Amino acid sequence: MIKRLLSMAPVVFGVLLLTFLLMHIVPGDPVEVMLGDSASIADREQLREELGLNQPLVTQFGSYLSKLGHGDLGKSIHTNTPIVDLLSARYPATLKLAFLSLIIGLVIGIPLGIYAALKAGHWQDFVVTIVSVRFSAMPAFWLGPMLMLLFAVWLGWVPVSGMDEPASILLPALTLGFGLSAILTRMTRTSLLEVLNDDFIRTARAKGLNEKTVIVRHALRAALLPIVTIVGLQMGSLLAGTVITETIFSWDGIGRLLVESIEKRDYPVTQACVLTIALSYVLVNLATDLLYARLDPRVKHVM
Amino acid sequence: MKHLPAIVLFIWLGAMLLARAFDVHGNDIDLNAILAPPNLVHPFGTDDLGRSILARTLRGAEVSFVIAVLVTLVTMSVGVLVGLLAGFYGGKIDKLLMQVTDIFLAFPGILLAIAFAAVLGPGMANLMIALCLSGWVSYARLTRGQALSLRNRQHVQASLSLGASVPRLLVKHILPLLSSILIVEATYSLASIMIAEASLSFLGLGIQAPNASWGAMLRDGVRYMLVAPHYVLIVGLSLMSLILAINLLGDQLRDKLDVREA
Repeated sequence: MIKRLLSMAPVVFGVLLLTFLLMHIVPGDPVEVMLGDSASIADREQLREELGLNQPLVTQFGSYLSKLGHGDLGKSIHTNTPIVDLLSARYPATLKLAFLSLIIGLVIGIPLGIYAALKAGHWQDFVVTIVSVRFSAMPAFWLGPMLMLLFAVWLGWVPVSGMDEPASILLPALTLGFGLSAILTRMTRTSLLEVLNDDFIRTARAKGLNEKTVIVRHALRAALLPIVTIVGLQMGSLLAGTVITETIFSWDGIGRLLVESIEKRDYPVTQACVLTIALSYVLVNLATDLLYARLDPRVKHVM
Repeated sequence: MKHLPAIVLFIWLGAMLLARAFDVHGNDIDLNAILAPPNLVHPFGTDDLGRSILARTLRGAEVSFVIAVLVTLVTMSVGVLVGLLAGFYGGKIDKLLMQVTDIFLAFPGILLAIAFAAVLGPGMANLMIALCLSGWVSYARLTRGQALSLRNRQHVQASLSLGASVPRLLVKHILPLLSSILIVEATYSLASIMIAEASLSFLGLGIQAPNASWGAMLRDGVRYMLVAPHYVLIVGLSLMSLILAINLLGDQLRDKLDVREA
């Protein structure tokens, strides 16, 4: 476990370095891009000073790290608000959305996967598999507008966008959740089919257990283990998916903050959002690995 | 049924070529027909500036397709080269490469491309640079894994002991064995790069007005969804048919070339 934690260090360091360097691949002078042509020389110098851009690169990276260590992500160029405040105001909305999407994904995906596996080879399996394989390939910016058109414009069941009503979360959560459920369906099906061929299932059947007990108590328990990993990995794409989904549905989370900051060329905010999403992803992956080791004692030796 | 994906793809390619041949650019503005539903003059209706959605869809398809092909070529070449070297030589080079790819893969999905596109600024060239910068990693990983196991094959060892140079070994003895897995991977990546391009254009980071792109059209379609639902629907269905066709073609290629799913 300690080893696993230590192996994260270079990745985290790399993520920090790459996000830090983002500001330095801006073509030309980042200060000029951010402030525009009309800014006075004094204003530019002040911003350059504030961002530490006139120091050597290594010094800049050092002070970037030490500020991060103190929880200081800098200030927004436009509103002068500390970025930490912006993030903490927006992050809960994203978490809420991601969490609900995860639940939707699980509730649809796992039963459907079990169903497909039990009907393996029949037409029901064929339909479920085709739909799930193809759904997972459709991007959020496609699914979102389609759901919006169907449920909000034509059927009028839910608000089109915004965050004013409790039902507003449904469409963005469905958009993210459907994509996840498609992947979960596929994985549950494959995993369950594999387990159903195992010796211990034959033993369970030979003992005379009824089929339901065999499936639920024996097969599913083993089959759902790999699902933990998939869910963990998918949480990451869920976080990235929120960037587009939040923009479509005007959901004020961190993804929308990222897009807004890009539009305003507020690079420090962009940088901080990218860092936050990437670090959340790394942490979720780590948590998944650790959880997996807890659930499956066989893995411990490897770690 | 079996040939449906190929047929759909050919229809799209044919329509793109026709649009090109007749110089349909979709920038003609008809102010009398703003957001008009499909009719005889404009089979797919018009957008918010009275431009033909059919023409713009075709132009958008072309842009998207060309970008996907170019980016796939670049990312595959770079990724395969890096992966081959790392997998073949192993040791320090390999370790370094794995560290670097680990860092790139720590950014979920399209986030890295968004970040690159954000700082590079909008435009087609920057869009392609952003997609290339973030796209080579998966090829490098894939090739490295394959090269690692192929290195120990007997025919490679035999040729090595006969004094073959490393470039010759890589190109003549290892690359051919990788070709089918790479062809399948490239097919899927055409679809995923088209999606990535559209995502970035959707966010306003890609193709800029007045040039047509599916991402930007979808964004406008969402904006006018209440008054002109045909707009978003048509662009959405177009995107779906092309992406589905390419992905299903990838499935067929995979089965035919007998590539096991990674």
